[in-house]
Amino acid sequence: MKIKNRVRFWSGVVCVLFSSLVSAESTTIAVAANFTKTIEVVGKAFEAETGHQVKFSFGPTGKLYAQIKNGAPFDAFFGADERRPKKTIEDGLGVKQSYFVYAQGQIVLYSSKYRVDRQPIEVLRSADFRHLAIANPKTAPYGERAVAFLKKKGLYEGVKSRIVNGESIAHAFQYVVTHNAPIGFVALSQVVDPASPVYGKGAYWVVPASDYAPINQGALILKRGESNVATRAFIDFMKTPKAIAIIKRYGYHVH
Amino acid sequence: MLKIFDTDIDLAPIWLTLEVATLTTLILLILGTPLAWWMAQMRSSNKVLLEALVALPLVLPPTVLGFYLLIVLNPTGPVTEFLRWFGFEGQLTFSKTGLVIGSVFYSLPFAVQPLMHAFEAIPHRLLDAAATLRASFIDRFRTIVLPLSRRGVLVAATLTFAHTVGEFGVVLMVGGNIPGETRMVSIDIFDHVESLEYTKAHVLSAVMLVFSLMVLMLVYGINRRFGVKVG
Repeated sequence: MKIKNRVRFWSGVVCVLFSSLVSAESTTIAVAANFTKTIEVVGKAFEAETGHQVKFSFGPTGKLYAQIKNGAPFDAFFGADERRPKKTIEDGLGVKQSYFVYAQGQIVLYSSKYRVDRQPIEVLRSADFRHLAIANPKTAPYGERAVAFLKKKGLYEGVKSRIVNGESIAHAFQYVVTHNAPIGFVALSQVVDPASPVYGKGAYWVVPASDYAPINQGALILKRGESNVATRAFIDFMKTPKAIAIIKRYGYHVH
Repeated sequence: MLKIFDTDIDLAPIWLTLEVATLTTLILLILGTPLAWWMAQMRSSNKVLLEALVALPLVLPPTVLGFYLLIVLNPTGPVTEFLRWFGFEGQLTFSKTGLVIGSVFYSLPFAVQPLMHAFEAIPHRLLDAAATLRASFIDRFRTIVLPLSRRGVLVAATLTFAHTVGEFGVVLMVGGNIPGETRMVSIDIFDHVESLEYTKAHVLSAVMLVFSLMVLMLVYGINRRFGVKVG
């Protein structure tokens, strides 16, 4: 072969070999605080498998939305509900076709003091706890579902005056962990995690999914990340069996 | 309820905030004055430690303060247990009382520091002269110290009040966001933003902004007018 052609051939080989490094990109994703632990584990698996880099920014969904609306540099948005992520589509900031429900949260009734695993309804109806912790129903879907559940079972009026609102499900959980509220509605993901401070302590009852509207947590790619290879790759990775297994392990449903 | 711009705004958080701020200010003036006086008289090197401790809430992130209060004041903890000896039945966290306690710690330097500096500026020979004329300590305090520290007392009161009004981190941690009891206006604005109720957030924020500006102008106005020449 002529030298010219040989150079071209081997340059091509080198390019192909290095192409995976060259196209390894980085993406920044906004994630609802309740999903922190889970997505960090998924993120590590993603980085190991694809070589792309993913950075997460955590916060309350409403704050993240406000930041995105005001130009925050996120490529994708994973919310704690559907409303705020969908709103980015309305605002022309989100890519409609990329929207999907990445997980369904499950609420549990947890108590450090009462046997809610045996008689959850009885405890709610007649136990003399001073405070019941829930996430603020106005701002957190977990809290809103908890209140809906209580109302459905006719328990709300009896506990209304004793409810304390945490700003988020993590905050409600904090009230319970620090024993300021002996009982509360928290996320399943918070009690099944072996690293959780309440793991193996106290009692919990998984509220049947049929008793409340599903907590669909929605995600989508934002316009800013539309052409980012890593962003697309991460969204795709979230739908793989490997990622789904991790998400389920942390107490979420996936469809 | 205030109906404005086509939306209903609950004003209860504003009244609660003013109530907590007023209580905190009164308590800090009563407790802060003897502390500030004692510190103003201190000559030993212990003063440095005490000044640092008093200034701590200025530097500590409010969420840290709130977090420790949550742990210390919880119903199974030592403080509440101690109070139960005296017949206390309730719970400190998630109550207005707990908020006031938290606010007292949070705004402590804003009360003690202006008072201390005002007391330090009073020349001892005035007090000594009064003592030789057989004036008791209370008498001297009332007729010499307080009038001369007028500016300091007013600054301490207004800054403590304004600082407590703006409190967020501590209230968030130990409050529980209970309407009428612990839902202060800063938390309310935070919630409105979180649930996309921007109009309500704007109105409440504007009210707080105007209020804060007026308070600061009051403080600086006082500084000009009540400037006291001593000596």
